[in-house]
Amino acid sequence: MKQPKTISSAMQTLSFSRRATVIGGLQIGVGVLLAGRMAYISVAENERYKLLSESNRVNLTLVPPRRGWLVDRNGKPIANNKTDFRVDIIPDRLRDKEKTVATVAELLALDPEELERINRELEQASSFQPVQVATGLDWEQYAAVSVRLPDLPGVSPRQGFSRNYPSGPAIGHLVGYVGTASAEDYKENPDPILITPGYKIGKDGLEKIFEDRLQGKPGAKRVEVTARGKIVRELSTRPDVPGKALQLTLDVDLQEYAARRLGTQSGSVVVLDCLSGDILTMTSMPSFDPNSFSDGIGVTEYGMLREDDHVPLLDKSLKSLFPPGSTVKPMVALSFLEAGLSPDESVNCNGGLQVGNRRFRCWKRGGHGRVDMAKGIYQSCDVYFYHFAQKIGINPIALMANRLGLGQKYPLPVLSQFYGTVPDPAWLRKKYDREWQAYDTVNTTIGQGYMLVNPTQLAVMAARIATGKNIIPRLILNKKKAPIDTLNIDPEHLLYVQKAMSDVVNGPGTAGRARLPIEDVKLAGKTGTAQVVNLDFGRGGNDVAWKYRDHGLFICFAPYDNPRYAAAVVIEHGGGSSSAYPVARDVLTYLYDREKAMNVLTDLEKSWGGTIQERMDSKMAAYRAKKNLEKAMAENTDAGAGE
Amino acid sequence: MSDFIPAPIAQLPWKTILLLFVMASFGFIVLYSAAGGSLTPWAGLHMGRFVIFLAMAVVMSRFNESFWKTMAFPTYIIIVILLLGVELIGAVGGGSQRWLNLGFIRLQPSEMMKVAIILAVARFYDLLPPSQIRTWGAIWPLFALLALPCALILLQPDLGTTITVVAGALTVAFLAGLPLRLFIGGAAAIAILAPIAYFFGLEEYQQRRVTTFLNPENDPLGSGYHISQSKIAIGSGGLFGKGFMNGTQSHLDYLPEGHTDFVFATMAEEWGLFGGILILFCFFLLFRWGLGVAMKAKTRFSQLTAAGLTVTIFFYVAINLMMVMGLAPVVGIPLPFLSHGGSSMMTIMICVGILMSIDRHPGREGGAFG
Repeated sequence: MKQPKTISSAMQTLSFSRRATVIGGLQIGVGVLLAGRMAYISVAENERYKLLSESNRVNLTLVPPRRGWLVDRNGKPIANNKTDFRVDIIPDRLRDKEKTVATVAELLALDPEELERINRELEQASSFQPVQVATGLDWEQYAAVSVRLPDLPGVSPRQGFSRNYPSGPAIGHLVGYVGTASAEDYKENPDPILITPGYKIGKDGLEKIFEDRLQGKPGAKRVEVTARGKIVRELSTRPDVPGKALQLTLDVDLQEYAARRLGTQSGSVVVLDCLSGDILTMTSMPSFDPNSFSDGIGVTEYGMLREDDHVPLLDKSLKSLFPPGSTVKPMVALSFLEAGLSPDESVNCNGGLQVGNRRFRCWKRGGHGRVDMAKGIYQSCDVYFYHFAQKIGINPIALMANRLGLGQKYPLPVLSQFYGTVPDPAWLRKKYDREWQAYDTVNTTIGQGYMLVNPTQLAVMAARIATGKNIIPRLILNKKKAPIDTLNIDPEHLLYVQKAMSDVVNGPGTAGRARLPIEDVKLAGKTGTAQVVNLDFGRGGNDVAWKYRDHGLFICFAPYDNPRYAAAVVIEHGGGSSSAYPVARDVLTYLYDREKAMNVLTDLEKSWGGTIQERMDSKMAAYRAKKNLEKAMAENTDAGAGE
Repeated sequence: MSDFIPAPIAQLPWKTILLLFVMASFGFIVLYSAAGGSLTPWAGLHMGRFVIFLAMAVVMSRFNESFWKTMAFPTYIIIVILLLGVELIGAVGGGSQRWLNLGFIRLQPSEMMKVAIILAVARFYDLLPPSQIRTWGAIWPLFALLALPCALILLQPDLGTTITVVAGALTVAFLAGLPLRLFIGGAAAIAILAPIAYFFGLEEYQQRRVTTFLNPENDPLGSGYHISQSKIAIGSGGLFGKGFMNGTQSHLDYLPEGHTDFVFATMAEEWGLFGGILILFCFFLLFRWGLGVAMKAKTRFSQLTAAGLTVTIFFYVAINLMMVMGLAPVVGIPLPFLSHGGSSMMTIMICVGILMSIDRHPGREGGAFG
């Protein structure tokens, strides 16, 4: 070492002073570093940390907006929002859990199954997350809990909105329903409102198609929360912006009447306003209750709807296709007239006609005798059409069918519509790769064979025959009256066919019982019976199994001399046209005299076992009982096997 | 004026007492707000303890240097025995144990060791003849003194306190005149050994503290939560803070340990950079006084003790502030005069009491070997 071996005290003191100064300097250095660091965090990065501090402190909860109403042409609600009362429990605020839960359960008359669920969820829930006790409560139940609130810490009665369809099943297919957003919906559009409890989106029908319009804008509630999520106070609330209302062309009273009048049958009623094309009614029964779907339908109820052979989940007015049967005869007659056939030319009907190597029968085995065009329509003589169709050919008929709306797709706000078939030689070649034969013409001319239509198309055909105008059905009300194009059919021809259709009802025709009980209003119509299976089974009347019975159809318009309303009624497997025209008669009667129509309905409903809702309820109860019995029997079998 | 005031009172180091009082009062205000505007549970107790410990420090200032000299080694031995006791009781209790419950007071012997080690090391270099300072004989006893306490405190386990104890002892050794190259070489050795120690010497939770310190945002809800929330509190305070009683980070429980180790963040949120600079300035005055006492001291033991104690308090402050500002890992060291907590305040006030004593009795020129 270079230093001297002995170090004195004085040298040590000197070294101490030096080194102490160094330490003092280091301390000042650290102090400056700390001051600089703090200044950097609190001044340079202030904005960022302020934001973080705010997002810690403030919790934003979204308030689901009220959906826009759907109203009918008179402003009557079709879908509105009902105040929904619900009760939740906030576990953290509970003082005496057992007692509180027991009291609430008693006040709300909860069943043991529900009670078990609540207790289970209370065990699992984190302390500030509310546990749902009950939703959809009525005012009395809500009030009963609310007045006891001081004795029930932790219980939170709340008020929200839920979708309500006053007409229930009568409107189901058309409006669809709402429901909570699915995981896919959220993936597609990760908007936090989608996973907010109580928020529903349109799942089907108009609710889905007009989702953007009906939706509205969510409100927001800002609350100050602690690190553990406890709400300290409300900061500010932005109210929700309700969705816009949508006015439909429907007359909801008529819609409801038609649905009820269909009774226990499976079928569809469509009524159009001949002046505008407005759809006044578009009913398909049986149906489902959109209220049940919107509340979250039970497995049992859904199972019942799915298993029903009357297919309540299918909208029959647009998505069921039927052979139109004899309802096409006025349309075919118009094509004959346009092709130059004189209406006075006649044919002798002796109950059938030989076409090629096969005899085509008339529905009247004994024959109609001499038949001209008018009689062909009002007596619905098949032989008349067999005979002249072969002379005129299929093309003018198919053309007229298209002009009158058959085989056409309409610009309606619906998720899907089946537009059926108007067969012609080109179609047949493309579809089945074979040449058009005389018997194809014969089949088509009485609305059988390949011809398929939906009930709405039948109503449009009736309206176009009634007016001679290119009426396009509408579902959304538009007050502006746009002039409707003419179909360029000779008015003489129209008058002739209209008169024959009036005679169907008011003259020597096939539907005398369809006469309206209204003075000065004459109904003009045309019956139809569509075969479901080959005649080998015999006539598909009421003596065979339901699914083999003929469909009953009826198209009509009224008043005959100044058409205002056009309608089509299709009764699936109704056993013949006699199942359809009484329905049409009563529905049109309702448009003129509600009381008279209601009296008829009330008597009928007594014999059917109550209103739609009552019948659905008793059906549901029976179904549930059956399922329980099946379950019990399966369990018994298992037990037996085990022994 | 001095005519009216009795001499013993007039002789008290009023400037220092005033400085301490200002800092403790600021701590009181912060703790009052942290409790949501309440004297309980922290602020009242904090002030009460301060007054009692201040009285204790004033009493300690009456003892002279020779008393501390005599006490140095016995105190060290007693604290080591207490540490052993903690370890034994901890073993019985199963798990980490830092406290020794004496019934009326809960003692934390590892805290007391911070003072005891300074006294013992200072006494050792005081006894060591100046000629020996550059020999092996000046080094091994230092490690001998450190070995047992450090092992015991590490076993608790309490890394933060161990570091403070070692740093205090090394500072005294540095000031005693141990060759510089030893320290430079030691620093180099630590740079090499630190990663090895990290992987083999630390408990998993301690390792996690180090990694989250390096990147707190990586684990915002786990162990990085403390640092993230503390930085949010300080950062959102801005220049002048959100105002007294307006801190949301602390009042809504986002800031953990807002009344103990992270009390600076609680303060900074409400008082901003202004409050932080005020506290730093107060500590600057305190350390200037402490080092001044050391410089003025005439005996080697006084010099080393005063400087060592000052640096011990400095370590508290530096490590705590670096921790809350995200410059050091979370090691659990409180901020003197502001954090709520009896043991640490007692330790600090013992340091202050001995400093006051040396201030009052600077000793005579020249030492035992003078």
